[in-house]
Amino acid sequence: MSVGRSLFAATLAGMLALTVTPASSQTLRYANQGELKSLDPYTLNESTTHAHLGQVYEGLVERDRNLKIIPALAESWENPEPTRWRFHLRKNVKFQNGDPFTADDVLFCADRVRATGSNLLTRVPADAKVVKIDDYTVDFILTSPNPILINQWDTWYIMDKKWAEANNAVPPTPVAATTPSYASLHANGTGPFSIESHQPGVKTVFKANPNWWRKPEHNLKEIIFTPIASDATRVAALLSGEVDVIEPVPIQDIQRVNASPNATVLTGPELRTIFIGMDQARDELLYSNVKGKNPFKDIRVREAFYKAIDAELIKTRVMRGLSTPSPLMVAPELFLLSKEFTRPKADPDGAKKLLTEAGYPDGFEVTMDCPNDRYVNDAAICQAVVGMLARIGVKVTLLAQPKALYFAKILKPGGYKSSFYMLGWTPGTMDAQNVLHDIMGCRDDPKDPNRGESNVAGYCNKQFDELADKILVETDTAKRNQLIKQAFELGNKDWAYIPLHQQALAWGVSKKVKLAQRADNQVLLYWATKEGE
Amino acid sequence: MLAFTLRRAIQAVGVMVAVGIIAFSMFRFAGDPVSQMVSIDTSGAEREAIRKTLGLDDPVIVQFGRYINNAARFRFGTSYQFRQPVTNLLMERMPATLELAICATIFAMVFGILMGVYSALRRDTWLAHLFQAISLIGISLPTFLIGILLIYLFSVTLGWLPSFGRGEVVRIGWWTTGLLTLSGLKALIMPSITLGLFQMTLIMRLVRAEMLEVMRTDYIRFARARGLTTRAIHFGHALRNTLVPVITVAGLQFGSVIAFAIITETVFQWPGMGLLFVQAVQNVDIPIMAAYLMMVSLIFVTINFVVDILYTIVDPRLRSTVSRAH
Repeated sequence: MSVGRSLFAATLAGMLALTVTPASSQTLRYANQGELKSLDPYTLNESTTHAHLGQVYEGLVERDRNLKIIPALAESWENPEPTRWRFHLRKNVKFQNGDPFTADDVLFCADRVRATGSNLLTRVPADAKVVKIDDYTVDFILTSPNPILINQWDTWYIMDKKWAEANNAVPPTPVAATTPSYASLHANGTGPFSIESHQPGVKTVFKANPNWWRKPEHNLKEIIFTPIASDATRVAALLSGEVDVIEPVPIQDIQRVNASPNATVLTGPELRTIFIGMDQARDELLYSNVKGKNPFKDIRVREAFYKAIDAELIKTRVMRGLSTPSPLMVAPELFLLSKEFTRPKADPDGAKKLLTEAGYPDGFEVTMDCPNDRYVNDAAICQAVVGMLARIGVKVTLLAQPKALYFAKILKPGGYKSSFYMLGWTPGTMDAQNVLHDIMGCRDDPKDPNRGESNVAGYCNKQFDELADKILVETDTAKRNQLIKQAFELGNKDWAYIPLHQQALAWGVSKKVKLAQRADNQVLLYWATKEGE
Repeated sequence: MLAFTLRRAIQAVGVMVAVGIIAFSMFRFAGDPVSQMVSIDTSGAEREAIRKTLGLDDPVIVQFGRYINNAARFRFGTSYQFRQPVTNLLMERMPATLELAICATIFAMVFGILMGVYSALRRDTWLAHLFQAISLIGISLPTFLIGILLIYLFSVTLGWLPSFGRGEVVRIGWWTTGLLTLSGLKALIMPSITLGLFQMTLIMRLVRAEMLEVMRTDYIRFARARGLTTRAIHFGHALRNTLVPVITVAGLQFGSVIAFAIITETVFQWPGMGLLFVQAVQNVDIPIMAAYLMMVSLIFVTINFVVDILYTIVDPRLRSTVSRAH
């Protein structure tokens, strides 16, 4: 009898133990408008992919909720000399398959990320030497000082050398791969989650990694990711409680989501700057009725355009309050002294006067290129710009196209074929120098062919480029910020570009879920907690 | 007969080639695949290298030759987005689309015939008028709107049915099915109704018209005169005779059900071939677009071909005109 009773008691205790919820027991369902296209962390340099893979892989450093660089797989680092970086690696870290993490993996990844086929070539300078000092110390020896070497290393994910070699995944999977590679369908990182199953474009299941070196801040046992491309369906799935987190929420649905009993929208400024460019390079505009000269070469015309476009009005009328008008070509989060700049007020009358002075009292005609499926309300913004310029007599023909056609036309491979356009830019390096170099630097610099690569407007000022070069190697932060400030002042004085605003992030989150929102729009679910159902 | 079959087969091949040519010429206007594959700050040299690997730098005629050569052997290469063979991707997605198309067709047939018969036999009842009104809605409302309305009613407001996806699926060999789990069956309901509604209205109207006509024919009158039960007359004689054209139409429509699944699949995030195609268009994933278009046209051509052949077998009058023509 007593045996029977204790057996019964034991069974009961076991059942109780099963019903008590352990710490990480929740399933979080997440839907994004885009798909997870490759699991190889070096195939695509794109923030949604980085965010997904950031749950599986880790870099030597990572960025916290406020984008500050903090130690990850490297415990600490120092600069014994300006061109030498020494990293002390974390000990007792294991990859998800059980392999230990050592200096060999870092050396392997430094080669792999710079190999042909990688889309992240610039993560480690091509001429940098990587030296293993011991199993847990690695030196990076550069040819010139680089104060922002590690700025993008939060998304330079460290892979397992042994695993890659065993699975024939040593070369990175190129974006144009013609045969599927093992690394593009499987993953083995050191991060908080491992990939349990992955069906490209349909569903990916992440499972919590019980052996993670860090103490988890999440309470999840798994994440189920589904892409839902249709806006209406994605919002419906959140409202009906079938998914817990969606990104993005279309602007027009934000109020409705907030009014619903079971979800809210997290909003905040994004790092991307939306701006307008004017072709200043050609002697005659490609798409305009002004022949024989280029009106945008006249600084007064550029100033007139700047002042005719009312970023505040765009904020209230087009963006429903969800944008932050910007005086700079870089987000305030990425440049300490941005507070010292203010955006000149819109002034259509002054603009009209400037245009008359420049010799266009009746304005002129120009075509504006615009994407219609890339940025928040992109085509609507361009439509508003057309109306605002009409007030000063400029007749703008709007050519709004899908991004596939738009980028093919206006970017370098298409020959910068645009006279007037709207573009968005997030500096990949999380640093202003990237903007000064890629967007505002002179094209056709014989010493630096990559300068001005995305400078579709063709703005060019040698003095500006000198400043950009100084900033590149300046290691003193205060001095460096002053130089960046000088450069932006110069660009603003030239009316080089018309910065419009930072668009807003909008994530739909179930009221059961707590989640940290980071301004680079990476949805990182290792900071998510979910109440029990 | 053999000559007829052969001629039809040659015509079918001609249609396929035409579709191939039209598809290829359209790809050139879809945009630049490379800028869809890499991040915006990728250097020009890197982009060039990718263009070269994909063969996008070759002259148009060379690209076309390669495309036709591969398409003829049903080799569609690797998807630009997923870096996987297109054939695998399509095979993986095919069960979802076929299950949806079959369920939608069954739904359309069952409800279309029932409603059609009822509204023909009880012409002036309020229910018959309601059916007529539903058929008007089914014909005039666009599919995506019906889908979104259903989602808001049954998922968001009532919380009965899932708003997206296939639910749990069971894998049987290479086939995956949602028919064996509760969540899978629930997930099928709204997409099937959305996709099948148009066919249902079509069948309903067809059955109603045919039924009304048959009811006026002499043999029905004779049957009545002979004293057969109403039930035997309606279902044993009248309905059976209306079903021949209905089955033909439903068969022919099956191809367009698969093709129209594009919209339904997008609204419900149904992981089928249509959704794959829509996303391929957005991302200029030419290999997937090419394969999908060729496959859909193959389905159409095959169904038409089979129907043509069946007609001549079933209907001797057609056969005699065919042989006389030669």
